[in-house]
Amino acid sequence: MTQAQSRLGLYLLMTPLMLWLLLLIIVPHIGMFLVSISVKTGVRQYVTGLGNYMVFFTEPLYWNTFARTAFMSIAATFLTLVVGFPVAYYIAKLTRGRTKTTLFLMCLIPFWVSELVRTFGWMILLRETGIFSSFLQYIGVLSGPVEFLYNDAAIMIGLVYTSMLFMVVPLVTTLDSLDDSYIEAAYDLGGNGISILREIIIPHAMPGIVSGCIVVFMLSLGNYLTPILLGGKDSLWFTGLIYSQFITRFNWELGSAFGFLLLGLSSAIVWAGLKLSRQSLTDTVGR
Amino acid sequence: MTQTDADAQFDLECRKLNKDFSGFRAVKDVSFGVPKGTFFSILGPSGCGKTTLLRMIAGFQEASSGDLLIKGNSMIGVPPNKRPVSMVFQHLALFPMMDIEANVGFGLRQRGVPREEIAKRVETVLARVGLPGVGSRQISQLSGGQKQRVAIARCMVLEPDVLLLDEPLGALDLKLREHMKIELKTLQSEFNTTFVYITHDQSEALVMSDQIAVMNHGEFEQVGSARELYYAPNTAFVAGFVGEANKFTATVDAAFGDAVTLVTQDGMELKGISPVAKMQKGDKAEVFVRPEAVRLATEADKFGGIENLNTGIVENILFNGANSHIILREEKSGGEMNVAIPQTGEFRDLNKGDKIFIGWEAAQTRCYAAGA
Amino acid sequence: MNKILSSGIALLAAGVLSASAAQAETLRLLTWGGYAPENVVALFEAETGHTVEVTKSNNEEMVAKLRATNGGGFDLAQPSQDRIAGAQAEFDIYKPIDLSKIDASQFIPSMLEATKGNTMIGSDVYGVPHVWGTSGLVVNTAKAGQVKDYLDLCDASVAGKVSYRLKRPTLIGFAFSMGLDPFAAYNDEAAYKDILSQVEAKLIECKSNVKTYWGGGDEIKNLLRSGEVVAAMAWDTGGWSLNADDADITFVAPTAGALGWIDTFAMPKRGRADEAAYAWINFVMQPEIAAMITTAAGNFTASQGGDAGVDEALKARYQASFPQAAIDNIKWYPTVPANLETLEGAVLDRVNAAK
Repeated sequence: MTQAQSRLGLYLLMTPLMLWLLLLIIVPHIGMFLVSISVKTGVRQYVTGLGNYMVFFTEPLYWNTFARTAFMSIAATFLTLVVGFPVAYYIAKLTRGRTKTTLFLMCLIPFWVSELVRTFGWMILLRETGIFSSFLQYIGVLSGPVEFLYNDAAIMIGLVYTSMLFMVVPLVTTLDSLDDSYIEAAYDLGGNGISILREIIIPHAMPGIVSGCIVVFMLSLGNYLTPILLGGKDSLWFTGLIYSQFITRFNWELGSAFGFLLLGLSSAIVWAGLKLSRQSLTDTVGR
Repeated sequence: MTQTDADAQFDLECRKLNKDFSGFRAVKDVSFGVPKGTFFSILGPSGCGKTTLLRMIAGFQEASSGDLLIKGNSMIGVPPNKRPVSMVFQHLALFPMMDIEANVGFGLRQRGVPREEIAKRVETVLARVGLPGVGSRQISQLSGGQKQRVAIARCMVLEPDVLLLDEPLGALDLKLREHMKIELKTLQSEFNTTFVYITHDQSEALVMSDQIAVMNHGEFEQVGSARELYYAPNTAFVAGFVGEANKFTATVDAAFGDAVTLVTQDGMELKGISPVAKMQKGDKAEVFVRPEAVRLATEADKFGGIENLNTGIVENILFNGANSHIILREEKSGGEMNVAIPQTGEFRDLNKGDKIFIGWEAAQTRCYAAGA
Repeated sequence: MNKILSSGIALLAAGVLSASAAQAETLRLLTWGGYAPENVVALFEAETGHTVEVTKSNNEEMVAKLRATNGGGFDLAQPSQDRIAGAQAEFDIYKPIDLSKIDASQFIPSMLEATKGNTMIGSDVYGVPHVWGTSGLVVNTAKAGQVKDYLDLCDASVAGKVSYRLKRPTLIGFAFSMGLDPFAAYNDEAAYKDILSQVEAKLIECKSNVKTYWGGGDEIKNLLRSGEVVAAMAWDTGGWSLNADDADITFVAPTAGALGWIDTFAMPKRGRADEAAYAWINFVMQPEIAAMITTAAGNFTASQGGDAGVDEALKARYQASFPQAAIDNIKWYPTVPANLETLEGAVLDRVNAAK
């Protein structure tokens, strides 16, 4: 009786999760998959096949755009790690109590406004007649206005800025769990800053680093607004391609295929990253 | 770092060492010297400043004033990774991300010792602590005592001048702790390295140490051998903190040389000695009598001419094998006393409510000025 | 509790009322910014009792939205006339318009006839005209007075200070400027491909001149206003609204011809409030209402006599940009055949990717 009851309780508890998974993730993906394998042969005529997927591999433009997007996302992830690690270390190890909370909140502040507003903020800063250019002219570093917007560096800044929190939070969590006595012991045994970082802190923070990197990489790869608004004339982004297939070309079939390719290829990159860092998904995400 | 004092008398010496935190002095004017090869303990209650002192020696904290010398060289301004001392941390701080060999070899790697030599020296030191061939194991695969030995090996492989130990036995269970006390002492004499050991557990300090410093409120109360501290404490704090004691608050009735007669608050008359301060009639004093200094007898005349002689009623028997005690109430004054039961079998049948004679020598009745 | 009860009764009463009145409907309107200004909506609601929900969108999104719901979710949409027949053939998202319910006398006859012709499939008409306008050049005449045609955007004198969209109007405009006639080739795929490849080469060559490809109306206005861009391909209304702030900037009808578009009324297939939709069409085509919309949107309407009540300043700007010869030279978009956009999309992608 009690066992039956507890099983019922378990099912009830699991229902929201299952509904969520089924209705919001599995069903739409099945729908998208069905769309992606219908190849258009004429007006309102479709046959089932993998033609849409073949387009991706036969048209170098799409393939190159994906490679570019992946490469830039990896670079953005790396930069976010390099910038975020000292921030996280400072928050986790060198502050406590109120200061810690305040600093943590400061990392959150950019998320109080929408991504669109954040990106427009960067546009105001970086544009030719913007604050950055004007300031550099004012202090005499530049003699004339310079355009900082509309290039890959601007995309990078936008991506790093947007992703920062998602790197800092897991890093702070893992670094917080590193007992200070490990660092002191290493120092006591003759270690210096670099060797302690390499042998003690990074190995300990590895799960946090990897989970932060996965999140940031996925967010960058799937970002749409930042690359479109901050990027320049050549700055194709894979999500932009998907958007234009769906919205401006009315080509949902190719768009869906691209969506699945993005899912598959990004999962492959994450898997490769896990293998390279010798971490398992359960270690990093399951913490 | 000059080598002028290379033949210095002490491996470790502190001269008027002070440490101030905002508005509060954690370590006050501490001066001491530790000769080479000594097992030196710093004993004190928590919050007495012993950890701060140890961290200053290790270099994690800068002294506010005073000097600190290791083998005659001043360590002021020398960072921890450049000091010839190693530390065994309270929770050992063995690196979980490395296997045992990498842990023990960590310090040698930092010094740039060639790989083959590291492997050789690590194996040697592991053998010396009684753990040969465990190098490839993970930390989590070791027992508590083995971890302890690895932590010591990790320090000793660097051949430090002084090994600092921060209550490393605190986390162990009682049996293992008893065992490790002996083992630590053995290891120390084997390596013949100066150990500085801090603890709040007097039995650890008494069993292992050659020299013990008793610390209270940031100051050293007394430095001496275990025996000196036990039998001849210099202060009321040491008398109360080291070993067990019956404590009385009393007023001096008469004093002659270092012999004093006192009356406790309950009206019991005591004859004792005042080893440190000259006392005068009317002075308030704290009086300490160790439970094992009190003798028991069924008849008063068995004691001979003992200075303090009273009768008591057994209130409670705390049986603990070799370490059994009785709590009794002194008849005249009604004061409570704790007395060790001699293990001769004579008092095996003692019962609650029994009346018994108690006696102790004046020399074992140590008086200190109250509030000192 | 009382509150809930009373509001429940109120709701019930409202339901009964609306059922008995049978006309008060909610009109879900899918339109462009400015085409349904609040004052017009308020007047309409007061006069007819219908309520209006406005969703602002653009041509591509309208099709995407209606496609996703299979022609549902909205009662009236306003796509451009050239984008109706192709989308209808491909996705079947509209229903024919019942012309008997529309007051044809309120429309400029030539525009009504042209739109009917362009949106006809078989004998069914799918769109009637509402707002028309052009795209051409918006130029800062003080800094780039020499820009008169689309191809002038590629001139070295304006290098790095030029912007246009990476969309099909750009392809069409450049083709006309290069002396080609893309509209004539609409139904000849080979000829159209040939034109596209020439335009592609030109756009790639011109790429270094471009500061950025703009995406939204506000973005290009900002770029022009700040002086970061001095010549751009854009809508006439954008040029005129900038002209109101800065007399140097204005809309210029290119010598090759401005590209004329007409936004229409079309009925989504599964729209429910047809009554309200026809009422809205007839309401906004009244001359005085049409003038209010022109004031809000900046563009003129197909309403007969609708330009009479329009602000004089806007009229003056319009006349300055469009002498009679320029009006005669407007290239009106014909219906886009299905599949043509796929070809154009590939060209635009290649231009985007080119270094």
